[in-house]
Amino acid sequence: MAEDKDREELALAEFHKKIKEAFEVFDHESNNTVDVREIGTIIRSLGCCPSEGELHDLLAEVEEEEPTGYIRYEKFLPVMTKVLQERRYRPIPEDVLLRAFEVLDFAKRGFLTKEELVKFMTEEGEPFSQEEMEEMLSAAIDPESNSINYKEYITMMVIDEN
Amino acid sequence: MGCSSSSTENKKSEKVVKAALVIQNWYRGYRARLKARQHYALTIFQSIEYADEQGQMQLSNFFTFMLENFTPSRKEDPALVSRLFETTFQDIKDRRDYVGLIDVPDSYEGPRLEFPLTFTDIGQLLEAFKQQQILHAHYVLGVLFETRKLLKQMPNFTHVKTSPSKEITVCGDLHGKLDDLFLIFYKNGLPSGNNPYVFNGDFVDRGSNSIEVLMILLVSFLVYPNDLHLNRGNHEDFMMNMRYGFTREILNKYKLHGKKILQILEEVYTLLPIGTIIDNEILVIHGGISESTDLNLLHRLERSKMRSVLMPPVSINKDNATDLKKSKMGITLTAPGRVRSSDLSSEQLSKHEWEQIVDILWSDPRGRKGCYPNTSRGGGCYFGPDVTSKVLNKYQLKMLIRSHECKHDGYEICHDGKVITIFSASNYYEEGSNRGAYIRLGCGMNPRFFQYRVTSSTCMSPLHHRVHAMENSAIRILKERIISRKTDLMHAFQLRDHSRSGKISIAQWAFSMESILGLNLPWRSLSSRLVNIDKSGNVDYMSSFQDVHIEKPVKEVHSTLIETLYRYRSDLQIIFNVIDSDHSGMISMEEFRTMWKLFRTHYSVDIDDSQVDALANTMDLNKDGSIDFNEFLKAFYVVHKYEKLSTSEAS
Repeated sequence: MAEDKDREELALAEFHKKIKEAFEVFDHESNNTVDVREIGTIIRSLGCCPSEGELHDLLAEVEEEEPTGYIRYEKFLPVMTKVLQERRYRPIPEDVLLRAFEVLDFAKRGFLTKEELVKFMTEEGEPFSQEEMEEMLSAAIDPESNSINYKEYITMMVIDEN
Repeated sequence: MGCSSSSTENKKSEKVVKAALVIQNWYRGYRARLKARQHYALTIFQSIEYADEQGQMQLSNFFTFMLENFTPSRKEDPALVSRLFETTFQDIKDRRDYVGLIDVPDSYEGPRLEFPLTFTDIGQLLEAFKQQQILHAHYVLGVLFETRKLLKQMPNFTHVKTSPSKEITVCGDLHGKLDDLFLIFYKNGLPSGNNPYVFNGDFVDRGSNSIEVLMILLVSFLVYPNDLHLNRGNHEDFMMNMRYGFTREILNKYKLHGKKILQILEEVYTLLPIGTIIDNEILVIHGGISESTDLNLLHRLERSKMRSVLMPPVSINKDNATDLKKSKMGITLTAPGRVRSSDLSSEQLSKHEWEQIVDILWSDPRGRKGCYPNTSRGGGCYFGPDVTSKVLNKYQLKMLIRSHECKHDGYEICHDGKVITIFSASNYYEEGSNRGAYIRLGCGMNPRFFQYRVTSSTCMSPLHHRVHAMENSAIRILKERIISRKTDLMHAFQLRDHSRSGKISIAQWAFSMESILGLNLPWRSLSSRLVNIDKSGNVDYMSSFQDVHIEKPVKEVHSTLIETLYRYRSDLQIIFNVIDSDHSGMISMEEFRTMWKLFRTHYSVDIDDSQVDALANTMDLNKDGSIDFNEFLKAFYVVHKYEKLSTSEAS
């Protein structure tokens, strides 16, 4: 029993250290605050994949009563610890991602044209900003065919992350 | 309009929305992780850079230690000591005599400057450097002499006024990056009477075109002395140049006259103004301030006496001016031809004055209140927003503009808008590491920021390529750091490995890495790229050293010795360079041995003198009693297992 408790405490300490590391990298002034616009990046860098809507809700939990544009570490730590402990916002598995592309590929050709990809990403779901769209295109689109072979793209991205 | 068809349509569009959400969610996660990796790489570069600077400052302690424990006499004292005692500049003759002795051959196709310089000379120089030509030593020396003459007339702080029709542009560190300077002039126009500039220090070192950048700035200064303002940075220091590349660049590009150039450059640095004050409201200095910053004192002191951050004032025992004596406080000198102790005090800054300048050139702003020693860099301090307010209020100033720290976006504002950091060398650590920026200021207006990035390709590579390149570069230098502390790290790991399994927890690994290397890095986030971790989250600690090793120049040498020499390579480089006062690249074996003994004592290095001696002899770098120290130091380099041979040699 005592051993289990020790293990729990150790695991908790590890979570805290991980969260602190991720937070500190963006804490430019070394005063335990980060710009609110970086919170999404920090949460995602810890391996979670909240949707924009879920991110918005999380933000509400960590912001001050009167938003200052900065998020303090003291407020962020407990919220993020719970997220990690409850294993919320798990990342999308590769096969689910592949199926999503296949859904959008009505004609089942194995690729999407640039125009189709832009249309879906900027008009459906939680639309991309122009910057996000341009960045995805720069890596995904094959300039010769002006299309994205999504299977290859996914494989490449997975390798890059590992 | 039947129910069935619209419900299938609804189902279809629902599926599409869901699919889009999945892809967007995944992409945002991936993009965020890329950005985080980019920031980690930047953190690695910065930590190592500052740790290096800290090592540099420790060298200063070594020099002081040497001076305090050495009894100089004419015969025995090493060149190092006499060099460090030198307080007056060598008698450099008048320009006419000195420069006139150097001929420019007819075959020289580079730019020919005409004194007095005019704006056509600036244009000529820019064009020539774009064609990668090298300016002849004759002109380099001419420019340096004229600059020295002009700077001697200038006060410690330049006071500048702007007007609605005359804005001023402030640029930060350039560090020998010529392309960034070209880009600034392209975007913002050349300096002129209507387009004044302030360049806030660190023009040289690290980049490969320090001399070209310096020449452009000095020529522009000579043409527009009232509109082109230069502030001294911590790298405008002949000792810093020995370590960070400028000395080497000059000796490579100017094989015949490099030494002359270095000599006069040393003096020109000390004459650069400490700072600029704009409209009596904005203080522009390179590093920062401390709580004791005294602008009145800084205005008064003789800045030409500040030779190097590694040469703090020597304390003198005034009572025994005629004896050679070893004392705890300091050393007395009397050897003829040397400066007398009574003169020494007038030739140096007081300790207080010296520290005031070091603070200005080396300090960094931080969020924490108060003023603390800058432990990362080893000099200057960290100053908080309260210090900023206090000092600015004391002198009725509104803002501080400084440089000295690389910022991801080229600039950063902190301390409630009162402190701006401006950094003008884009891609400073690596392609894609950061943007450069400059500020335009007009009286009464808010400062405007302009950002840019120099790219070698016509269009930017995708984000993940850039992050990859930066990450690989950062991990590479981190691994070199790691291997240089292998013995101490192994010791720390084994201490925690009670079961001798070869594995420890991530927490133990991270703690060991941080405490031994002294680098405050996100070790857990980096762990996957540095070590092998098994399924239960334990680290195979020996894998910290895989893929990397220090090349042994000679097989029989002990690994610990190799590791130590590799680790202190940069410090040794400086010491050798200082001893080698005629820049020949050689020092005598005698000098080498003496210096090594002192070094070993001060740094508490546990290596037998005989081992080093044997090594130097075995390497057989020279048979006439001299050692080519550049060759000696080059022999210790790190080999990265998976890199091509051409890139694995020491820089």
